Amino acid sequence: MTSTASSSEERARPQPIEAVPVRHPGRWLAVAVLAVLAAMLVNTILTNPGFRWPVVGEYLFSPPVLNGLRNTLILTVLSMAIGVVGGVALAVMRLSPNPVLSGVAALYIWLFRGTPLIAQLLFWNFLAALYPRLSLGVPFGPEFISFDTNTLINQFAACLLGLGLNEAAYMAEIVRGGLLSVDEGQSEAAGALGMSRAQTLRRIVLPQAMRVIIPPTGNETISMLKTTSLVVVIGYFELLTSVQRIYSTNFQTIPLLIVAAIWYLALTSILSVGQGFVERHYGRGTSRGDTGARLFFPRRNPEQSAGAV
Amino acid sequence: MTAPMVEALDIHKSFGHVEVLRGVDLTVMPGEVACVIGPSGSGKSTFLRCINHLERIDAGRMRVNGELIGYREHGGKLHELRESEVARQRREIGMVFQRFNLFPHKTAAENVMEAPRTVRREPRQAARRRAEALLDRVGLAEKYDSYPAQLSGGQQQRVAIARALAMEPRLMLFDEPTSALDPELVGEVLDVMRQLARDGMTMVVVTHEMGFAREVGDTLVFMDGGRIVEAGDPRNVLTDPQHERTKAFLSKVL
Repeated sequence: MTSTASSSEERARPQPIEAVPVRHPGRWLAVAVLAVLAAMLVNTILTNPGFRWPVVGEYLFSPPVLNGLRNTLILTVLSMAIGVVGGVALAVMRLSPNPVLSGVAALYIWLFRGTPLIAQLLFWNFLAALYPRLSLGVPFGPEFISFDTNTLINQFAACLLGLGLNEAAYMAEIVRGGLLSVDEGQSEAAGALGMSRAQTLRRIVLPQAMRVIIPPTGNETISMLKTTSLVVVIGYFELLTSVQRIYSTNFQTIPLLIVAAIWYLALTSILSVGQGFVERHYGRGTSRGDTGARLFFPRRNPEQSAGAV
Repeated sequence: MTAPMVEALDIHKSFGHVEVLRGVDLTVMPGEVACVIGPSGSGKSTFLRCINHLERIDAGRMRVNGELIGYREHGGKLHELRESEVARQRREIGMVFQRFNLFPHKTAAENVMEAPRTVRREPRQAARRRAEALLDRVGLAEKYDSYPAQLSGGQQQRVAIARALAMEPRLMLFDEPTSALDPELVGEVLDVMRQLARDGMTMVVVTHEMGFAREVGDTLVFMDGGRIVEAGDPRNVLTDPQHERTKAFLSKVL
């Protein structure tokens, strides 16, 4: 009887397989078709005079467009800040064992998701019609300070209130989903160590929930970039409004829409790259830790990431 | 006469209509190792979780080191403890879970440092030094900065033991600590627990490791149907069980 161990040691290492790979003629066909289509697209973009590329170049960095761009950025950043902070607070309230907190959060989410954003923007803008003056004081008692509503809530503030408070309702559900995705054993382990509910949330659950929260939050931010254009209904302006104002006087509609599209795509690209960095930060310790968001191409070598020993 | 470390009196617990614990009495003296065995669904894990108030008991009294767990008795009435008071009680009781429950976004050392840092506000340097000493003690000197996903199951469970020890508990609860491990990794975790028992730690261990129970346990408790059927010296219970149910169970697992 020969033992398998000794016979395998003696046996020579076999030749590596050098087989003829399977041919993929379909792929080559697809490449050919797409190449023709791409050539047609480039050709029409360059040769169709309707695009008016010189006009695009002329307006791309013009002061009114840059002004609009600045407003788009400010509105996006601030409303998302309100949305994220408010969303985390609402999600924590929603999951609280306190029925009052949970109920209030549910009511808020129901109200702000259930009514059109345009209506909410208009409501904040016309708040003065309902309450001409806003004041701080004892309920049903004396007032300490009083403001004229239209002075306190100008157009910009109405935009922020409308966009931010609406976003908070959507973010609340995204954050809640993230918190629920973290294994219950994590809270139990932290609780067994004597950590409080707040400490457990801040140090253990939320950091792990971030991995689930970030991709949809990236969606929301990119969506917000474009949603800010709704502020036109209350007479404020941003990127899209700015180019609309220009083409309504010079009738260069297509080139000016291209100007806006270029800026939106640029901002979206920057945000996607930023999202990748944030995802990598919160992916620490997971076997897919470095699977950050890639703009177009998936990572080549998934084996490189650290696996279980 | 020293006071018992764990004193469970007539513990009852139901989940909905299912009565999981039907009057469990158990006393564990300081330095003693009590091993709890029994078929799945017998309530042994639930009982363990009642000791540190991860589960709220429906009836009975649970005392750890003489202190009522989860409640305060005042004027003949029981008052629920506030969350912060329950947290304070839990600091004295370490727990090790079947599925480790390490914090995956933190390294081994950070896992061990977490509670001392946040709960006891220990300075980072001191917490780090203690964490390294604890990881050395469980044989993981090389793995301070590894994430849980980079460790084997046995190594993860040893980090979890070090994490529980970091709060310097007087009592350690083990909930089937080796059940989720590959067979060849069970030994390294049992070695750490054996050492811990030798160092005088009071331990309640829910386990299927009869060899460990026989060698390390001072008491062996057999649970079935939410009650303690038989308890006593492990050597006696394992070799000469008195009850039919214990005999039937042991004949299947031994």
